[in-house]
Amino acid sequence: MDALKQELKENIIEQLNLEDMSPADIADDDMLFGDGLGLDSIDALELIVMLDKNYGIKLTDPKEGRSIFESINTMATYISEHRTK
Amino acid sequence: MKQVYVNSVGSISTQKTFDGSFLEDVIDHEDHVIHAMDPVYKDYIPPAAARRMAKGIKMGIVASKIALTEAGIDNVDAIITGTGMGCVRDSEKFVSAIIDNDEQFLTPTPFIQSTHNTVGGQIALEIQCKGYNFTYVHAAISFESALLDALMQIQEEEANHILIGGVDELGDHTVKIHQVINHIKTEKVKSSQLLASKTSGAVFGEGANFFVLSSEKGETSYAEVLDTKTFNTLEKDQLQSELNIFLKANNIEANDIDLLVLGNNGDVDFDDYYNALAQDLFTQTQQVYFKHLSGEFNTVSSFGFWLASNILKHQSVPEVIKLNHTQTVQFDNVLLYNQYRGENHSFTLLKKC
Repeated sequence: MDALKQELKENIIEQLNLEDMSPADIADDDMLFGDGLGLDSIDALELIVMLDKNYGIKLTDPKEGRSIFESINTMATYISEHRTK
Repeated sequence: MKQVYVNSVGSISTQKTFDGSFLEDVIDHEDHVIHAMDPVYKDYIPPAAARRMAKGIKMGIVASKIALTEAGIDNVDAIITGTGMGCVRDSEKFVSAIIDNDEQFLTPTPFIQSTHNTVGGQIALEIQCKGYNFTYVHAAISFESALLDALMQIQEEEANHILIGGVDELGDHTVKIHQVINHIKTEKVKSSQLLASKTSGAVFGEGANFFVLSSEKGETSYAEVLDTKTFNTLEKDQLQSELNIFLKANNIEANDIDLLVLGNNGDVDFDDYYNALAQDLFTQTQQVYFKHLSGEFNTVSSFGFWLASNILKHQSVPEVIKLNHTQTVQFDNVLLYNQYRGENHSFTLLKKC
């Protein structure tokens, strides 16, 4: 699980061009949206594409994303339970 | 009819122009393509916004902000942008992603940011300008099309202050295509030796040059814009007659031109257009060129416009751009002529103010 979390942090930084950030700057329970990392709706789209491309997870219900993308912890848990690749 | 003044300039180019200096420390590049020198973008754009912006967008925003600051205004009535290739890096990115991923995964950010009007849109968002916003995409006359629109709006009193500019960025894939079709020189050429290269193709570059055009002359004014005219196609033997028509429409004769700014790019197949004009009507006129400093790109004439505006304001010509030995003491009327590969010609007339 720790390896997955590290991988997620690296992918998020690269995919969302979070220059000036390193994986160490993102705590596992940091809020990704709002007051935490400050991601927005376009970033949410990028994350949905990332889940599909990297882990074979297709999110069909947008409401689902709200809880999945809450933090690195919630993302990692969801991915490990639903990944197809 | 209102007069139109260039009240400020902002330039990001392959030379150190972002600091407002006028070609004081010229870089003698040696390459097939030359990249724009980056200012510290974070000084102008919030990092949260900048992370989604490709170089062209950042160059456009910074050049705009430099121009607005110099003009002493924080908003304008209209933003008019010229770009030949738009946000080509993001276009390449999302098209490549579609191909690489078997049309399954579209990357949202490059897709959203890839349209040609992204630069104008992002400038408007940055300065909260809700006025007229238009982007002209007409290859090598994109900038002149934007200029013409602004000229007419100010002359007809539809606007007082307009931000105009030309912006184009280099994209790796696009460069490769231009190399395959030999539009880029096969050999590396030193900037200072560009016109001596005697080979086909050009050295490509990139940049953003923005200007505040106003109906009121101010302390910062550089020049008055008299007119601009574009031609999609023009034969060499029509050049002189069309120029005469253009000058006559502005009540100016060839003898009244104090400086000719030419877009020679060292392409042995197409520099003849410039030579035809220089060696015909303007043998006694001081001539300068600029593409050895900027590289060739669709809106490079905006760099020529920046150059001419600076010459009129400072009344001096840097040694590095001189094309002939004629020396002029006072510059009142400056004519710019540009074309690319024998198409999309433009005449632009500036006057001391």
